[in-house]
Amino acid sequence: MPVGAVEDIWLEAAAKCASETLGLIPARGGRLATPAECRDPKRDQYLATCVLEKLLTVGRERNLRVLGITEVDLYIPILTFLFGQAQLSGRLALVSLARLRPEFYGFSPDRELTALRLRKEVIHELGHTLGLVHCSDRTCAMCLSNSIVQVDAKNDAYCAGCGEMARAHLRKAYSGGKA
Amino acid sequence: MRSHWRILVVDDETVMCESMAAWLREDGYTVDTAESGAGALELARVNRYAMCFIDLKMPGGMDGIETMMEIRRIQPEAVVIIITAYATVDTAIAAIKEGALEYIVKPCNPEEISILVQRTIKVKNLQRENEILRKKLTRKYQYHDIVTKNARLQDILNLARDIADLRSTVLIRGESGTGKELIARAIHFSGSRAKAPFVAVSCAALAETLLESELFGYEKGAFTGANAQAKGKFELADGGTIFLDEIGDISPKLQADLLRVLQERRFFRVGGTQEIRVDARVIAATNKDLAELVQTGAFREDLYYRLNVIEIRLPPLRERREDIPLLAAHFADRLNHELGRQVEGVSDDAMRVLMDHNWPGNVRELENAIERALVTCRTTELAPGDFAFLGQARNSHSWTIPPGASLEDMEKQAIKVTLERTGGNIKDSAAVLGIDRSTLYEKIKRYEIPRP
Repeated sequence: MPVGAVEDIWLEAAAKCASETLGLIPARGGRLATPAECRDPKRDQYLATCVLEKLLTVGRERNLRVLGITEVDLYIPILTFLFGQAQLSGRLALVSLARLRPEFYGFSPDRELTALRLRKEVIHELGHTLGLVHCSDRTCAMCLSNSIVQVDAKNDAYCAGCGEMARAHLRKAYSGGKA
Repeated sequence: MRSHWRILVVDDETVMCESMAAWLREDGYTVDTAESGAGALELARVNRYAMCFIDLKMPGGMDGIETMMEIRRIQPEAVVIIITAYATVDTAIAAIKEGALEYIVKPCNPEEISILVQRTIKVKNLQRENEILRKKLTRKYQYHDIVTKNARLQDILNLARDIADLRSTVLIRGESGTGKELIARAIHFSGSRAKAPFVAVSCAALAETLLESELFGYEKGAFTGANAQAKGKFELADGGTIFLDEIGDISPKLQADLLRVLQERRFFRVGGTQEIRVDARVIAATNKDLAELVQTGAFREDLYYRLNVIEIRLPPLRERREDIPLLAAHFADRLNHELGRQVEGVSDDAMRVLMDHNWPGNVRELENAIERALVTCRTTELAPGDFAFLGQARNSHSWTIPPGASLEDMEKQAIKVTLERTGGNIKDSAAVLGIDRSTLYEKIKRYEIPRP
């Protein structure tokens, strides 16, 4: 689900990656307007937990997971920014494109690179909703990335261990148990 | 990777608490939140925290620094990080002076906090490992190393505390694996003799003559192979405590020798002529009923009364089942560290298996069971399947008589099992059962027992 205006190519990239990596069946679910009450005017950023809550109100129950993609820059009070946020073992995940674009760091735009970074973060946040926590393998998508350098260092795939765990949680989710 | 460390976040703003907790949980930590200093203290009294993030400015009652000071009073080892939105040099100095490890200004770069948490947890892991290794090395156990909420055992611990400073002989009774040596060490290391040695001797492990020279030492030339003078365990324990395990197994001759040492605090080395005085407290232990041994004449009555000045009877694990979850968690936590495993604990179903087991080997058996389960466990929680070996052991060693079983049923069962054990050999089976071969043939025919 797009949160605010998001180009179709990013939504498609996210959907494709969710279906290819996890076998989830993507469904486009309308559009959520950028929630003004989540914005901190001093920081000019959006509170991630607040945006996630909004997804809860629109994400329909029949969806296994709800993934929001947004252009706005996210934050939580203790941190300067976040690439994304998810409910650990929950339903909701959110990824921001703001800091995945090379132009944010003063480089020239590169759609392919942005799409690759988006895939990594989508897999990462969906992994959290499946109960996965950060992985110590620096190349695994579940490795914690605090900077764009760390995002670029990892693959757009889980390591063997995290992949196995994700599949196990998914089987549980599909069979009706709590993932 | 999942971590067993707990982190506490204290801030009056719910958003701040919850968002930070969520962020840390993604890293695998268990995170609690409190929105006031008082709430934080309540949590700190119940849980042990590796790290506490505390906001400096909180309305009403306690501010961040006060909260930190109180938490550190309850848990001196907790690492505190003070968070503030408005940094001033004064508050930073005050926070550090009162024991905060770091003072961070929000918002923070995610990398900065990540490194801070990783560094702290790394130190915590090393400290924990050091504590376990040190304890293993010195085995200086204290009362707080004994995990229990059983009222009877707590009474025993209180008694043990009261007698720690006395010189009176103590007799500890209990089945094997109930922790007799642990109690003996706790008595020694919490009393005035703690700085002197604690010497443990297993009386059942050695033959009579060997045990004698082991206990009392020997002079050069006392027997073949005694090439030099040697001190015995009693001398080595001078000023401290000698722990005589399995005292019920010693020979009448040694019983007499021991009685003299207890009465006079003096003895001769084997082959020696010079009397040696020692001041060693004796703590004896046995899994036998000494009073009964006295009745049958296997144990000297006078020695029994000398030893039995203060008696401690340790309950078997099956009589303190309420401790099984505590002990299981304790062993799982310690062995996780020792074996480098990340298993989170025992599942509810597996706990039911543990609660139902009879534990003939007591706490030691439980510890070994947890270790074995941890080694073979392939998931994040110990499941009933990980303890399958407990059931097997029980089935192969115990007989159950189903309700309504007749003597004939039991006879049939006995013949069937014996035939299985002998591989169907009639001659051997008849010998085991104590009946003629012809009688056995007849019974096999009558009961229609299939031959294996």
